[in-house]
Formats: sequence, structure tokens, C-alpha cells
Amino acid sequence: MREITLSKAVNEAIAEEMRRDSTIFLMGEDVAEAGTPFKVLSGLVEEFGTERIVDTPISEPGFMGLAVGAAMTGSRPIVDLMFGDFIFLVMDQLCNQAAKTHYMSGGKLSVPLVLRTNLGATRRSAAQHSQSLHALVAHIPGLKVAMPSSAYEAKGLMKTAIRDENPVVIFEDKLMYNDKAPVPEEEYLIPFGEANILREGRDITLIGTSSMVQVCEKAADMLAEQGIEAEVIDPRTLVPLDEDSLINSVKKTSRAIVVDEGHQSYGITGEIASRLNEKAFYYLDAPVQRMGAMDVPVPFSPALEDITVPTPERVFEQALKSVKGELFHGA
Amino acid sequence: MSRNSKKSNDEAYVRMYQQMVRIRAFEDNANKLYLAAKMPGLTHMYSGQEAVAVGICEALKSTDKITSTHRGHGHCVAKGADFKEMFCELLGKEEGYCRGKGGSMHIADQENGNLGANAIVGGSAGIATGAALSAKHLGKDDVTVCFFGDGALGQGLLYEVMNMAALWNLPVIYACENNLYGEYTKVEEMAAGELTARAKAFGIESHIVDGQDVLAVNKLSQDLVARARKGEGPFFMQLNTYRYHGHHVGDINREYYRPKSEEELWKTERDPISNFAKWLLKEKVLTEAELNQIEKDVQQDAKDAVTYAEAADYPDVSEVTLHVYKQNQGEGASQ
Repeated sequence: MREITLSKAVNEAIAEEMRRDSTIFLMGEDVAEAGTPFKVLSGLVEEFGTERIVDTPISEPGFMGLAVGAAMTGSRPIVDLMFGDFIFLVMDQLCNQAAKTHYMSGGKLSVPLVLRTNLGATRRSAAQHSQSLHALVAHIPGLKVAMPSSAYEAKGLMKTAIRDENPVVIFEDKLMYNDKAPVPEEEYLIPFGEANILREGRDITLIGTSSMVQVCEKAADMLAEQGIEAEVIDPRTLVPLDEDSLINSVKKTSRAIVVDEGHQSYGITGEIASRLNEKAFYYLDAPVQRMGAMDVPVPFSPALEDITVPTPERVFEQALKSVKGELFHGA
Repeated sequence: MSRNSKKSNDEAYVRMYQQMVRIRAFEDNANKLYLAAKMPGLTHMYSGQEAVAVGICEALKSTDKITSTHRGHGHCVAKGADFKEMFCELLGKEEGYCRGKGGSMHIADQENGNLGANAIVGGSAGIATGAALSAKHLGKDDVTVCFFGDGALGQGLLYEVMNMAALWNLPVIYACENNLYGEYTKVEEMAAGELTARAKAFGIESHIVDGQDVLAVNKLSQDLVARARKGEGPFFMQLNTYRYHGHHVGDINREYYRPKSEEELWKTERDPISNFAKWLLKEKVLTEAELNQIEKDVQQDAKDAVTYAEAADYPDVSEVTLHVYKQNQGEGASQ
């Protein structure tokens, strides 16, 4: 199978959907000729023109609001938010308007839009261009949240997001834009709410999201060298969450670590860990562990930034402690 | 003026009069429901501002869109809504426009192009402008009117979207209802400079009109809507008006921010309904008896709708999880 970058996969997904459905348009800052700072959208304006690939002023709340109104009236907008950190700017339009409109109108109005943005630290971009803020929107009923972990997922989830009748926020890992993965030429969609078991194992479950899926896979390789079989699961979407697959895995392995690049406190890791405790408690041989980003603003200096996010080595060490029963002894 | 155009004008005058009377009657009944503790929560009265909503909406067709505010009953009625479904919504009943899930501050009537009231001040400026962008994108000639109060002039979103509307010539009309108070504070204490200067800065053609004069509002609206439809938008209207009640129905003792004498002046000398009634009599469009009959019919409609809504059912508790997400094709029921 051919291999393409995550960036190309996103580009293909959007282009294919825009060819299929003329009500789709895309807007954001420097999305047309510039193709975004990451060049993810290069070439789209040449095919679809500036009426459908719309450069906006630097007005995130404004164009987010425009997208909500457009989605309510028959268009299917894709909003490009240059950095995930800017989500704080669009919160009212996203969470008070887009997320609630279908419910508040008793089902009469709907807001089929996609907000595509990114996450991920260790790019030396400091505290306002490095955050992983998906937990903020996963908290709000009415929004769906997708977290692609490779080029394959990025394409399949983007196509599903565009066809969804609800507002969907899709977080791409900006460090993975140039990472290649096998992606079929033929069309495919990845349904929301279906976790992907990347690797089966019987000793411990490593649940990773987005950027942390690779981290979990590498940790699993290291564990394998110690004769420990880790199961690696990627939920792929946080909302809806494929709780059953996660619970069934933990019932089998009796141990779990949840790894996510958002801040550890009040975040995704805590949510998933508590669901596992509620629904698989009597199968557990060790407390479910959480590994998120440190609860600090992302620092600029590489010497500091690198220690703020989970690494394969740290996941490996934690898994080892869990399997050896050392978590019970003050670890 | 030919006979036919006089006839069609007269029909429009009568319709506008009826609609204003309907708004006033709706609000009087909503206020009574609140005072009798029959309505959950609270609400914001549109009384006094009727000529604004009616004068503008009379210039719109049903596929044209509006976005409304927390003080939104008037816009909803003016865009063609039904009393029964409105009162049901105010009382949280299943037959309400939003199945009781929105209430007064989120009342929406999609079939008549009302994209909804909004409880975030200025929060619908993006939606209105987006609806206009959508019409352009989809090749429709619909126009969108964005209603907001003077208080929304403090919101940055408005300026972001007015900028884009002007850059892209969107068919949207920003209707700023200056009722002199944002919540409990005078407009001049909160908005520096001239209100229309904001729109003019973006090159948006701006107008100031007496919001108590339904004919003046309608005349300007007809002109601007027709031009917006042809792609000459956006436009900005400042409509000078007055709210008779407090910020909300519970804002009773309000002399610390505005004197009773001021309220009396507006009610006795500038009331949009009684002034228009005088004009209709003078121009012999309606007789005194016909005016009284309209008033009587509307009061009866409102009374019947309130009675109906009071007796109507609440939604079943199973509805609490319904409509969080819209079902996609091929998906099971509520997620």
C-alpha cells in the first residue's frame, strides 16, 4: 500500500469531500494561497477557488461564529484554527452556540461543522502554541471530539467528521504532519466511537490518544523485550468514546495506564481511568494509572519542555511497576 | 396612488398594526404569568419596541433569516410565530417551539426563518453574518437581519463580523435597537462616541431612524432589504426606542437608574401602537370600531393560547437526553 504523510491525508480527505458536496467550504487564516503555516491545505484553493477556500482576517471568534450561522442555514463549513491554543478565543461560539443549538431548539436547528485544529508540545513553541486542549471541548455536551493518531486515522476520521450532522472538533498532532503511514487509494471512512486495538496483549492495557499512541507502542516494544505483553488501544474519538472496548481490554489484562498529552489534572486521563474503575474495578490487579502532560504551562527551553510530556521510557517504567505490583508499595 | 397599490399598502398597514398589538398582548400575558409565579425562570419584555421588530420583519420574506436576543419575543412574533407554541415554550411544555428545552431566551422558529433568541449579549452577530455568508455561498437571495441592543456594542465579536461582512459584501443588516439602557446602565455610560460611527469605520452604510415610528422603520427596511438582496449590503440601522419594563420582569424598583417621569413620557407621547392607531384613523385606513375589534381579537387569541399552554403537557423525562446530538443517517436513537 502507498504511504502518505498525515498532512497529505488531511488534504485528500477535505478535497474528496469538497468534490462530493458543494455545500462544503473551508475558512480560516491563511488557508488559501498560503495553505496554512503547516502547508496542510496546499493546492486546495487552486482546485476550489477562493469562494470555497476562504481566507479570513485574524478574527477567530468572528469566523467561528460565521461558521455556526452558515451551518445552521444549509452550508457545511470547515473551520481551520491555526493553533489549538486559539480555541480559548472561540469558546463562546463553539461551546455556547454550536454545541447547544440543536438541543436548545428541540432538535429543529443543527450545526454540521468541523473545527480542525491541532495539539502537541516539544516543538519549541512555548506556552501559547503548544497546548493540547481537547479535554476542554470533550467536557461540553453537543460537541464530538476526534483524535487521529496517524495519517490513516486522520483521513478516515476527517471524512466522517465532515459528514456528521453535529459540530466536530478534530485535533491533529502538529508534530506528525510529516509522518507517513499506509493509506489506501480507495475511499474509506472511520466511524466515530470505535476504538482501534493496535496490538493485543494479556498483561497490561496501554490506552493512548493522538500523539501518545506512538508513545504507547514504543513502550509496548520495550515491555515485550522484558517478556511483558502490553495491549495498545487508541480510542480514536473521545466523544463518542468506545468505553466497551477499553473496559473489555482491562477485564482481560487487569492493569491499565491511560496516556494523553493534555494536562493530567481534571483531564482525559482522569475521565477514562475513573470509568475503568467504575466498570472494571473487580477485574483490576493494580490501580489504573494516569499519565498526562505536567500541570505547568509549556516551557520554551528544550531542557524543560521535553520533561513535561509522557515518553516511551516513562510509560515503560510505570507499566513495569504496575505489572510487578510495585504500585502498592509507595511507588 | 392607484387603487390597487392603496389596497396592498392598507393591508400592510393593518398587518403591521395587528402584529404590534400581538406583541404587546403577548408580553402583557407573559408578565402576568411571571407575576402569578406560573412561569419558570424569568423573561425580558419587548413592550415599547414593537415598531422595530414589526417594521423590519414586514420587509422580509419568510425564507429571510433573523437572529434575535434575550429580549426576543417581539422578533419571534413579528417573523410569523404562533402564540400557542410560544406560550408553550415559555412554560417549558412539549409543544413549545423548542419542545420546552430553550425557553424564553432561546425561542427559535426555523420555519419562519427565526434562527433563535440568544442569551449571550451580541452572541448571534456571528450566526447572522454566517447565515448571510451561507446564502451567498449557496446562491440564495435571502437576507439576514441581526437584531441586537445597544449593550451588544460592547462585544468584540460584532466588530469582527462586521469587518468580514463589509469585506465580502454580505447580505446582512445589523439592527441596533438603542433602548437607552444595557441592563441597568445608561448607554452613554457604556458606549463612547456615536453608535453608527462603529459601522461607518468598516465602510458600512449606516442609518438612524425613529424606532417608535413603524412606517419610518418599514420604509427604511424595505429599501435596505431590497438593496442587500441585490448584493449591496451590509447595512447598519440604529433604531432609537425604549423598553417600557425593566431589564427583566423582576426589575421592578428601577428609579435608581431611570426616573418614572421618563417612562411616562415615552409611554404617553411616543407609544408606537397608539401613535400608529391615530395615523390609521386619520388616513381612514381603519375605523375606531375596527381598531377595537383587532385589539379584542388579539386579546382573545392570547388568552386562549395561555389557557392552552397552561394545560399542555411537559415533555416526558426521557427527552432529557434527546437532541444533544443530531442523529446521523444510519445511526440508532439518541446517543
